[in-house]
Amino acid sequence: MFDAIENWMQGFGWLPDGLITFSVIMLKIVLLLAPLMTAVAYLTYAERKVIGMMQVRLGPNRVGLFGYRIWGLGQPLADAVKLMFKEIIVPSGANKGLFLFAPVLAMAPALAAWAVVPFGSEMVIADVNASLLYVLALTSIGVYGIIIAGWASNSKYPFISAMRAAAQIVSYEIAMGFALVGVILAAGSLNLGQIVAGQEGGILSWYWLPLLPLFVIYFISGVAETNRAPFDVAEGESEIVAGFHVEYSGMPFAVFFLAEYANMILISLLAALMFLGGWLSPFQGVPVLGDTFLGQDSILWLFAKTSIFLFLYLWFRATFPRYRYDQIMRLGWKVFIPITIVWLLVVALMVLAGWL
Amino acid sequence: MLENYLPVLIFIAVGLVFGSFMILMGFILGPRKPDSEKTSPYECGFEAFEDARMKFDVRYYLVAILFIIFDLEIAFLFPWAVVLRDIGYFGFTAMVVFLGILVIGFIYEWKKGALQWE
Repeated sequence: MFDAIENWMQGFGWLPDGLITFSVIMLKIVLLLAPLMTAVAYLTYAERKVIGMMQVRLGPNRVGLFGYRIWGLGQPLADAVKLMFKEIIVPSGANKGLFLFAPVLAMAPALAAWAVVPFGSEMVIADVNASLLYVLALTSIGVYGIIIAGWASNSKYPFISAMRAAAQIVSYEIAMGFALVGVILAAGSLNLGQIVAGQEGGILSWYWLPLLPLFVIYFISGVAETNRAPFDVAEGESEIVAGFHVEYSGMPFAVFFLAEYANMILISLLAALMFLGGWLSPFQGVPVLGDTFLGQDSILWLFAKTSIFLFLYLWFRATFPRYRYDQIMRLGWKVFIPITIVWLLVVALMVLAGWL
Repeated sequence: MLENYLPVLIFIAVGLVFGSFMILMGFILGPRKPDSEKTSPYECGFEAFEDARMKFDVRYYLVAILFIIFDLEIAFLFPWAVVLRDIGYFGFTAMVVFLGILVIGFIYEWKKGALQWE
């Protein structure tokens, strides 16, 4: 699909070269962002619907499209329009510039990290060698948005929440980093495309099996990184109202919301790429099934695997009560970090012994 | 090689513009009727008691310092992990020594109670 864009743009040969390159990149970015934003919008809908079902409710089912009530599918659009027309309240004591910059700083890395995410062996916007390092770096920047939001609000709840969120995200970042090092060890590359290519050969050669502890820790850390239940002490509504975005309303609030959900999808997609073989088919090498269309590599496999993780996010939220803050820190520092260090050495030995 | 990073740069710019644009839209489309009650800091309906820029627990600061050490360690592990197949058991031993020193520090801070949150 990306090739098609490039070929099509070559038809505008009379334009200067730089402009063509720029347009091609911009078209690719739009082609990625439009579905991503739709996915984010409908993830909020899915969340309410799934949790509703789990609690034996119906979830949103009123807002339809064009006069038809199609299970409430118009809900995300209605929400977006509502938020757009809400007043933006800037508290009188706030640092106005930082207050409005914080959501942008949360949003930009959540989107920019997608630049290096591959959707197929050739389908990637920027095929850079340091892609995993880049993703790790950008997800770390996201925490600044939360700290600055909490600080600039000049209000107590956001301030407490920002402190909690910063310490929590930073702690789980370490466990997540170690888990990523395990993946790099197994693949021998930082490039996400090559990491997927290294998992060629059916469900048993994906990295989830040799890296099982790292896989579990990566995803749990991912849940903690995005401040989702059961690690949502940063916005624990029963103790600190809404945490760092208490003072936010209207569009800035929506931007925080979008950033959080875009990060959820990113973490899920990365988990699928690094541990579940990305776009590779689970039936590769299976005698009969592997020869049918099910044995083909496809972007649909990637989406299916991502959906599993996204569903887990929602499932966790409906199932687990919130962790206490000291328990969160204990889990991060005293359980995850020792396990990851030990398993890292095990993986390194497996690599040296030639098993991986 | 380096031109591969151009889309990354453009993407970061697009991310910044996208976020700013959305907030700008909010300012254009939404009403603006601030009053002193609306713009006062939220504290469950009370008047705000004191300045929100209050003292906070030193352990948050401690966690941040420990994070820097471990994050640097991860930064060192990244290139090592990529080339481990080439540097073999010598590279492995070197990293075990490096990790060992850090683990001693980790055990020390654990025993000192730096990771203890009540």
